[in-house]
This record gives sequence, C-alpha cells and structure tokens, in this order.
Amino acid sequence: MAVNTENIGKRSKKEKRSMLWRDIKRNKACYGMIAPFMIFFMLFTAVPVLMSLPMGFTDFNMAQPPKFVGLSNFTTLFLSDKIFMKSIRVTIVFALFTGPISYVLCFLLAWLINEMHPKLKTVFTLIFYAPSMANVYTVWQLIFSGDMNGYMNSFLINLGIINSPVQWLTDGRYVLGVTIIVQLWISLGAGFLALRAGFQNIDRSMYEAGAIEGIRNRWQELRYIVIPSMGPQLMFAAVMQIVSSFTAGTVAQNLVGFPSTDYKAHTIMTHAFDYGWQRFEMGYASAICMVLFIAMFVCNKLISKVLGKYMD
Amino acid sequence: MAQTDTAKLRASNKQAGRKKGGSAVIFLFLVILGLFMALPLYLTVVMSVKPVEELFVFPPKLYAVRPTLDNFSDMFRVLHQNRVPFSRYVFNSVFVTVTVTVLQCFFSSMAAFVLAKCKFPGSKILNGIIVVALLYQSNVIYIMQYIVMAKLHMIDTYTALIFPAVASPMGLFLMRQSISQVPDSIIEAAKVDGAGLFRICWQVVMPNQKPALMTLMIFAFQGAWNIQAGSVVFKEQYKTLPTVVSQAASSGMARAGVAMAAAVFILIPPIIIFMLAQRQVIETMAHSGIKE
Repeated sequence: MAVNTENIGKRSKKEKRSMLWRDIKRNKACYGMIAPFMIFFMLFTAVPVLMSLPMGFTDFNMAQPPKFVGLSNFTTLFLSDKIFMKSIRVTIVFALFTGPISYVLCFLLAWLINEMHPKLKTVFTLIFYAPSMANVYTVWQLIFSGDMNGYMNSFLINLGIINSPVQWLTDGRYVLGVTIIVQLWISLGAGFLALRAGFQNIDRSMYEAGAIEGIRNRWQELRYIVIPSMGPQLMFAAVMQIVSSFTAGTVAQNLVGFPSTDYKAHTIMTHAFDYGWQRFEMGYASAICMVLFIAMFVCNKLISKVLGKYMD
Repeated sequence: MAQTDTAKLRASNKQAGRKKGGSAVIFLFLVILGLFMALPLYLTVVMSVKPVEELFVFPPKLYAVRPTLDNFSDMFRVLHQNRVPFSRYVFNSVFVTVTVTVLQCFFSSMAAFVLAKCKFPGSKILNGIIVVALLYQSNVIYIMQYIVMAKLHMIDTYTALIFPAVASPMGLFLMRQSISQVPDSIIEAAKVDGAGLFRICWQVVMPNQKPALMTLMIFAFQGAWNIQAGSVVFKEQYKTLPTVVSQAASSGMARAGVAMAAAVFILIPPIIIFMLAQRQVIETMAHSGIKE
C-alpha cells in the first residue's frame, strides 16, 4: 500500500484509475463482508436521509409534491419565528444540564459497579439501566401530579415544606426542571452499557502491573490505566449522549403536555414535531431538523477533539 | 470461574493498596442512588397491582394494601376481543425480534470488523457516514422510509418490521469502537497463518468481543421488541405484542392501572434477555495475551 501511493502524483489519471480498481479487487473480501449490512443501511437509512436533505429548502405539506422555496424556511426560522428562538434556549439549557451530568454519571457508575462482586454487578447494572428500557411516563405523571395525591406533593406536605400542592407539570417555573429530572432518570442507557462492557474488557493484569509500578489509589488507576484504555467506549458514549440530550422532546411531550406552559419545555425537536406532525409543514420541519443536525455535528467534532487529547 | 475471578480482583485490590472502607462507601453510594433510580419502576409495579379504589387515596401509599391482578386480566380481556388470536401476536413478536436480533448481531459484527481493521477504498467515507447517520435525526426520514418501503412493496408484510431494523448505525458504531481495541498484531499473525478475513473475524476477533456483542444483543433485542408496527403494518395479523398492548392500554379503558400493567408486561422479555446477556458480559474477564 505504502509503495503504491509513493509516486501517485506522477501517474496519469488512467493509471490511477486502474490502480484504484486493482485496490478494490484486492480488497473484495472486505466488500463482501460489509455488503450485507450496507445493503440494508443504504436502503433504509442512507437513502431516506439523502431524500430528506433537500426537503428543508421546500414547501412540502405531504399532500402536494414539494415546491422549491430556496432559503425562505431558514430566513423565517431565524428572523421571525420567536418560538424557535425560545426553543433554542430551552434546548441549550436542557442539553447543558442533561448531557454532561449524565455522561459523567454513566462513566462513574460503570466504573464503580466494576469494583463490585460479580453478582452485585448484574443487579446494579439492571437497576441503573432499567429506566431507559421502561419508557414509563405515566408513573412520573402520578409522582408529579398537581393535586394532593401526587407522591411529590404529599411527601413535601407531610414534611411541612409546602402548604398547598404545587402544579409541577403546568407551572412554567417547574416544567423544565421536572423534564430534566426525568430525562436524567432515563439517560443511563446505551452509553452506560457500552462503558460497562468496556470496563469488563480491560485486562486484569494491567491493574496488577500498575500496582507494581507504584499506582497508589483509585484516582491514579483511573487516570493512568482506565481512561487511556477506554477511549473508543468513551467516544461512543459521548455520541449517544449528544444525540439523546439534543433530540430530547418525547419526555416533555409526554410529561408536561404539548405545547408546554409558556413553551418552557419546548425543545427544537418538539418544535419540529409541532410543524411536521401537527401542521404538516414538512419542509419547515426538516429545515428545523437540519439546523439541529449542524449543531450536533459541530458539538460532536468538538468533543472528539477534546477526547482525542486524553487518549493515545 | 466467577470465584477465581473474585479472588483475583481482591488480590489486585490489595496490591493497589486500597482500603476496605473505600469499597463500603462506594457500595453505600450505589445503593442510595439505586434506590432513587428504582423507585419510579417500583411504583409502576405497585400501581399495576393496585385495585382501582386504592389508586386515589390520600396520602398515596408506597405499596398495595390488597394487591390484585385485575389490571392484567382487564388488559388481556381487551386483547382477546381482537379478531386475531392472542398467540398470533406472540408469534409475530418472537419471530420479528429473533430475526432482527440475529441478523443485526451477525451483520454489524462483520461490518464493524472490516471498518475497524481494514483499509480499502471507501473505508474512510463509510466510517464517517456511520457517525453522521447517528447524529442526523429528522421526522422527515420516516416519511422517506415509508416511500422506500412502499416502492419495494413491503407495507403490510413482516419485512416492513424486520428490514429497516437490521442495519442499525448504533450497533455498528458500538462494535467498531470495541473491535478497534484489538491489536493489529493478532490479525497480522492470523493472516500469516493463512486465515481469510471471514475466519479471522469469527475465530480470532469475535471470541474476545463477548462483552460488546452481548451489549449489542441487548440493544438489538430491546429495539426489535419495541418496534412500533402502527405506521407500516395495518393488517391486524402482522402486529406485534407491544403494539397491541399499548393500544389496549390507551384505548377506551384508559385507567392508570391498566397502563401500568401494560408497561410492566412489555418490560418482562427485555429484562430477561438483559439478565442473561449481562451475566455473559460479567463472566468475561480479559486475560493476559489478548491485549498488548
């Protein structure tokens, strides 16, 4: 490979093409092994994504064919859609609270559980992971219910902290906070499990070697053994965290209603849902999603830079 | 097996000069946080066995005074009113979930191995596309997916449930990240021994990837089990169990208790799979020689 590419600049286009062809033929086993996944991926993920990209520049109501409108969706979004501006603020606050906290929690818990007895490991992993499997919003509605029957209200009244029930799910002051709590509760998901698996893969002899070389406590072990060998899993968890904290919307919709009081828990994704599935302005909705995607992409690049510094 | 590992763990703890107190503090921390995490789920289970008259008493109790399975039998009664026999839904769910899980694990592992360990024309672009596909979320995608499926005449068949779920970018990404930790020298050595890529993947690399593979299986099972048939399958005989159960819970007899019963019922299979797979993850202990 290295030999082939050495004087690639000097060769003619035709030679280059035939070399590429030879390269492709030489690697046909690779293509064969990747093909089953890629066929399904292309058909049901890549093609729909590519088809949806130009929608942001159209006026599309699902009944008539899309009409090209240039950048007008985007100018409306940023210049006259006040609720979109509000939703940006909500999304940022939401992502800043849920993203980093749950990322650290995922890592910390996966690490601490790793120190436990094997039987306890399964139990603890299940307890922390189960909420993300469950998707139960009804119980949170009962916990934060606005009358005295709500667990939260009755608990606080019994303690004498409040005198009358608080409208947790409809009072504009609390809706975002409540949504963040519930999101944190379900956020120990894919990233957490991937990190648990990663810890299980660290060679025991690394710790022993570390102890011989003078590692004294858990923090040094974390800094010099654990983090350097968990790079890929940390990256995976970071991407999952970005996705879940930026695209959150279902929690708020199910919990504090749609739209929430004063749009206090109205995230960008909720806004896209509003235009897409309530008003059937699909062009506008996909413009919203595109803005969100660009934000997530930039965030992902930043995080992989930061993580890259600590690894390798 | 597990016992020797525990002994080893203890030994290595001692070597690292750890205090016993530290472990106790950690344990206490996990228990307290775990109780908070488990409380809503515990309440869900309690609600599902509470009789109607206990649902709205003040102060709300943390347990059921007279537990009953009425909510569950109500749920099943609604399900039995459907034209399609209950066993059909069970079959649909098992068939779809098993197919998706097996195919996803098999395809993702192979593709992940190639993407992590082989350089070939296009490998860089494909690696980039996977992450982009994870990040790109849009509600328009579902419409486009529907159009693709309609063009392929997949609507109202099992394929509409199975095919879109087979190639999950998340599963591939997870496996790729994990396989990238396998040292190249092992793969080179196997190549020198004359093994083809397929054999290297399944006989050299994958046996050491049990934790990641089992984790992928949990994700795949969970995702497949929860596939919502509603928008691609309209014929009753192709619907899956979770779809009809949540329909039953939300239609007509919308009572908190029945909704809870449905939630608990749907959660049982993923939890069983989780326990089985997680045990496999924990039994794997990386030993010397696997890594550099």
